[in-house]
Amino acid sequence: MNTQSVSVVLAGSGGAGVITAGTILLEAAGEAGWYAYMTRSAGAQIRGGEATATLRFSHSPLFCQDDQSQLLVGIDWQNLGKYAKEMALSSTGLIVTDPAQGAVPDQILASGAAVYNIAFKKMARSVAGGRPNMLAVGAIAKVIGLPVEAIAAVLEKILGYKGEAVLTSSLDAVKLGMELAADIPSRPVVGGVAKTETGKRWTITGNKGVGLGVIRGGVRYVAAYPITPATEILEWLAPALDRVGGALVQVEDELASINHILGASYGGVPAMTATSGPGLALMTESIGLGVAAELPVVIVNVMRGGPSTGIPTKAEQSDLNIALHGLHGDAPHIVLGANSVTDCIFTAQWSVHLAETLQVPTILLSDQGLGQAQAVVDKPREFTFDTRRLVAESPPMTGKYQRYQATESGVSEMAIPGTTGCQYTADGLEHAESGLPSSMESDHLMQLKKRLRKLVTYDYGDYWADIEGEGEVAVLTWGSCTPAAREALARLKAKGQNFKLISIGLLSPVLPDKFAQAMAGVKKVLVVEQSFSAQFLHNLKSAYPLPAEVKSFARPGPLAIKPGEICEQLESWR
Amino acid sequence: MDGEAVKTVSPCQSGISHEAQDYRSEVKPVWCPGCGDYSVLAALTNALADLNLPPEEVALVSGIGCSSRIPAYTNVYGFHGVHGRALPVATGLKLARPDLTVLVASGDGDGFSIGGNHFLHACRRNVDMTYIIMDNQVYGMTKGQASPTTDPGWTGSDLTPEGSGINPFQPLVIALAAGANFIARCFSGEPVHLAETIVEAIKHPGFSIIQVLSPCVTFRPEQRAWKDFIRPVEDNYATDMRSAAKRLLNDDGFTIGQVLYKGDRKAYRCQPKADLTIAQLTEEFEL
Repeated sequence: MNTQSVSVVLAGSGGAGVITAGTILLEAAGEAGWYAYMTRSAGAQIRGGEATATLRFSHSPLFCQDDQSQLLVGIDWQNLGKYAKEMALSSTGLIVTDPAQGAVPDQILASGAAVYNIAFKKMARSVAGGRPNMLAVGAIAKVIGLPVEAIAAVLEKILGYKGEAVLTSSLDAVKLGMELAADIPSRPVVGGVAKTETGKRWTITGNKGVGLGVIRGGVRYVAAYPITPATEILEWLAPALDRVGGALVQVEDELASINHILGASYGGVPAMTATSGPGLALMTESIGLGVAAELPVVIVNVMRGGPSTGIPTKAEQSDLNIALHGLHGDAPHIVLGANSVTDCIFTAQWSVHLAETLQVPTILLSDQGLGQAQAVVDKPREFTFDTRRLVAESPPMTGKYQRYQATESGVSEMAIPGTTGCQYTADGLEHAESGLPSSMESDHLMQLKKRLRKLVTYDYGDYWADIEGEGEVAVLTWGSCTPAAREALARLKAKGQNFKLISIGLLSPVLPDKFAQAMAGVKKVLVVEQSFSAQFLHNLKSAYPLPAEVKSFARPGPLAIKPGEICEQLESWR
Repeated sequence: MDGEAVKTVSPCQSGISHEAQDYRSEVKPVWCPGCGDYSVLAALTNALADLNLPPEEVALVSGIGCSSRIPAYTNVYGFHGVHGRALPVATGLKLARPDLTVLVASGDGDGFSIGGNHFLHACRRNVDMTYIIMDNQVYGMTKGQASPTTDPGWTGSDLTPEGSGINPFQPLVIALAAGANFIARCFSGEPVHLAETIVEAIKHPGFSIIQVLSPCVTFRPEQRAWKDFIRPVEDNYATDMRSAAKRLLNDDGFTIGQVLYKGDRKAYRCQPKADLTIAQLTEEFEL
């Protein structure tokens, strides 16, 4: 993995157009044949708070941010000083500031980076319709060597409909920004060669990836209640589902979302919803109903800082426990973690496949870091699953139809309303094989075993984890920490140090045999996660035998875990 | 999302004529002897037979409580979910499967207390389904506590020994205000009227609500006297909300009628464009 890249932070108050400018730069990098990765960070204010876009550019694919940034461009500063740590500006970095917008905050100056002035606001007025953020785009392009033609192509694409005048003034502002940055030292992207072919690469966010994945998986009904940072999944799905023959319905609360999709699924239509921690907490009772009544549904949780309202705009991997253990009773269900922007597509599709095949609620965990990250990537591989729910035929082949028959696989034929002669009542009450309520211990045990059996005897293939490299020391991680761990191991490999990476995608059920196989020869484990209480580590410990030497690198959000930190953890552990 | 102005209810195409018992399962209800809900079950099966709907094309969704046990006593597709959530389950089902006839059964606790928010939004959304609330002004399954429709001075519960002290919920007034388009009240002791009302409610193209006064003889034995208070509505209530609201507000809750209010708002439904393949959908991601 190539780690030769340039990282740029674009900062400003909300409304300064930081995210728009970041998106233009990202897509322009794509046009130029580069790769790029952008994460967003925002304060709590709806408008007027601080916002940053962190962009990393390279000639090789990128799936996480670098340890440090080399360029920080502030359109204005507001209270951005308090986020200096998130910006991680290198001591050899550059700061570009507009002197009219106040002094560069001390916490940022403390990096030791050199300061350059560009009067963004004043100079923007010299171009008809010019905006400071477009000058910033130009300045950044100049410093990193991004050709103006690539930016022009993107502007054409996104502003073309507004007419020639708007397009010209935007491009003029970009060109002016480039001129004004003429004296700033360059920080070009080096190493490798930019790919120039087009049509083979995508630009996508994790949240949109989840939307695409569930549609590919067959979801055609989605219930939606807005919540940061999951809303973009739902906003993308609303028109997309409409175009492919499904429907998204905005409902009154998360209690309604989960029950809507249980109803749709009962009716035979694959269904999902997306939420974040507070919404998942509200849904848990009815997810249990889905377990008991054996209704396939997918619940996506784009995690944010918790508990309670927590930090809605920033990432944390701290909903693992509620996803695994939040349901009352013995309620086996599937929990998956997506581990990169492109893996959001695959894991979302797989989650629908597993839910439908095993007739069980499936929780897919993503987080704000993945969900709101946008990347230029090679066109992701398209997977095909033979996703088919086992449904009852009409009339039943033998005897009376038994919805919850204790079959060998544990999966039983589900009758879809409309099927003659198979009427049954789906029930959250414990039931006999027929579906009729029963409080007998024998029925309870039979159904408990059935519901567990279907999950633990199913063959999940190789998708349960990403296992890479060899070594006596393994990094065990999941979700959004994975790309950083992968990059860390690549850096160490370049130095001749070999480590194994195990990133677990299937968080529940646990697969002891597969885990033992993956761990063969491993003597030490570093467990990496973004959770204060080391939730992943504790769940691993309770599920699997781990080697004697286990080290935990667990940190809460919102600071992302960086590749360099993982390298340091490994190199300092002898 | 658009509505339809008229609705056709399709009887069985195969020429089979269904009797009420064809909609009844062999399961014996858990209800106490004398419970009003037996009459509701009978009226429901009579209504379905009257419409001659194929049992497999009807779904009956419920929550938790005495009345919510009703799906398993029928021979239609049933869904017995969690407490208070029958309406969102039914809404999701109907929007995903508009071909089905969707009925929802609930009680006063399930529907108006824990499920109160869904009640408001189901009235607003106006999805084509029929909501039958068996109102006995008490939580029966948990052995007799005050519900939203209980008189504030009722002292029969150890949970509120001096009465709840809070004014009863007026479901039909609230339904009207929230936008319900078909509002009826029935009495379990008048099963023929109830069956006829269910038929009309199913035929109504949108959300229809029937409050059924259904006595709990175990925890509210005084409700046996309801039969003496019941009076039929003098004429059909008007189709304008203002006069319907006035009459509902002035009513003591014992006027029964097939049409206490009927509006003509279009039903909500999903009508996807369905004009793209998934491959076409992904073009937006291509550079």
